[in-house]
Amino acid sequence: MKYLHEYRDSGLARSLLKALQKRDYGDRSLRLMEICGTHTVAMFRLGLRQLLPPSVQLISGPGCPVCVTAVDDVDRALWLAQQPGVIVTTFGDLMRVPGSCSSLAQEKSRGGAVRMVYASFDALQVARDNPHKEVVFLGIGFETTAPTVAAAMLQASREGIENFSVVSMHKLLPPAMKALLDGKGMDLHGFICPGHVSTVIGAAAYEEIVLQHAIPCVVTGFETLDLLQGLHLLVDQVLEGKARVINQYSRAVSWEGNPAAQKLLGRVFEPADAPWRGLGVIPGSGLKIRKEWQFLDAASRFAIPRMESREHEGCRCGEVLRGAMTPPQCGLFGKACNPETPVGPCMVSSEGTCGAYHQYHPED
Amino acid sequence: MCLAIPAEIIEIEEEMAVVSVGGALRKASLMLLPEPPKEGDYVIVHAGFALHTVDPAEAEESLRLLRELASAAEDENLP
Repeated sequence: MKYLHEYRDSGLARSLLKALQKRDYGDRSLRLMEICGTHTVAMFRLGLRQLLPPSVQLISGPGCPVCVTAVDDVDRALWLAQQPGVIVTTFGDLMRVPGSCSSLAQEKSRGGAVRMVYASFDALQVARDNPHKEVVFLGIGFETTAPTVAAAMLQASREGIENFSVVSMHKLLPPAMKALLDGKGMDLHGFICPGHVSTVIGAAAYEEIVLQHAIPCVVTGFETLDLLQGLHLLVDQVLEGKARVINQYSRAVSWEGNPAAQKLLGRVFEPADAPWRGLGVIPGSGLKIRKEWQFLDAASRFAIPRMESREHEGCRCGEVLRGAMTPPQCGLFGKACNPETPVGPCMVSSEGTCGAYHQYHPED
Repeated sequence: MCLAIPAEIIEIEEEMAVVSVGGALRKASLMLLPEPPKEGDYVIVHAGFALHTVDPAEAEESLRLLRELASAAEDENLP
């Protein structure tokens, strides 16, 4: 078993899809939100959006890490990239995200020391290789990424690497899901919960949301049959008036999650209020570096000034991230904002909703 | 940033492994796995770290449920 083609059986997929199409939805319209950007892209790539019955609507949520990064945070990263003697290291997704006046890619093309890395350990290697430079790693991502950054910090401390530090812009998804439900006008009937964030936090992490908001949550995998089964498990619950957490992706997600990753995350980081693009400041939705690890905190090491940040006036990424509008409803979509010259982060990232619409279904 | 495909462990050296992602070889740290995996296991890899060893029993069970669901759907679809 390779855990791929088994979950791509077209015969089974056809049966599951037909069953979804034939269900009696009455006059109901089910709004189901996929939180994770990788789910958004998978649904588009497989053409599932067009094949689902009109009564089942998929709404894209805020689960693309660079998309929800506040423009102030991008500006802080740009400021760091402009400092002499500093090398900024980052995951590739953030390179082209526009700040107020520039992007990391533009800073790099102007000679700024910006290096793209694949893993936090690669950033640590840059620090080992450049002992006379300050190497800053931009910590962006959700519960899946934060433990990997914590691991690099632990390693830096063990080796006594003094020229390495981290900007923690990590975010936590369950608080954002709660904030979405608390927001006005968000008529959602179920969550397709992120697959890989859940490998770390476990399916149990959504119990509180279900209890407080009586909304069904299904942790779902990324293959065709995973997505279809996940949709069935949500639709069943909504139509039967039930709300519980179901773990469809049990081969990769346990109920409790990954205790080793959770432990390391908790050792280095603690929850803090954090600004989300489009959602504002959400209490307890970010991770800041604990006091005892402050020696690796770029925010303590550098006197980063307060930013007078501004987003592009016409950019509607905020509404898109909240599921309040679809990308084609934005005046810039496909015109001023396109994958070549993105205006907002949702067009930049491979997991971004605008990028997915542009690639797969621009007229939708 | 998310790799949606499980990676097969080809070779383990202490806390690092060479993994195959659909044929492409990459390195992944094993230090965040609660239990040490073995060569031939499949793992979920994110940003250079293995985060979960895929559970073959759970995979079989979910496929069984899928087939059941599909066959029930087919029965209903009969005229």
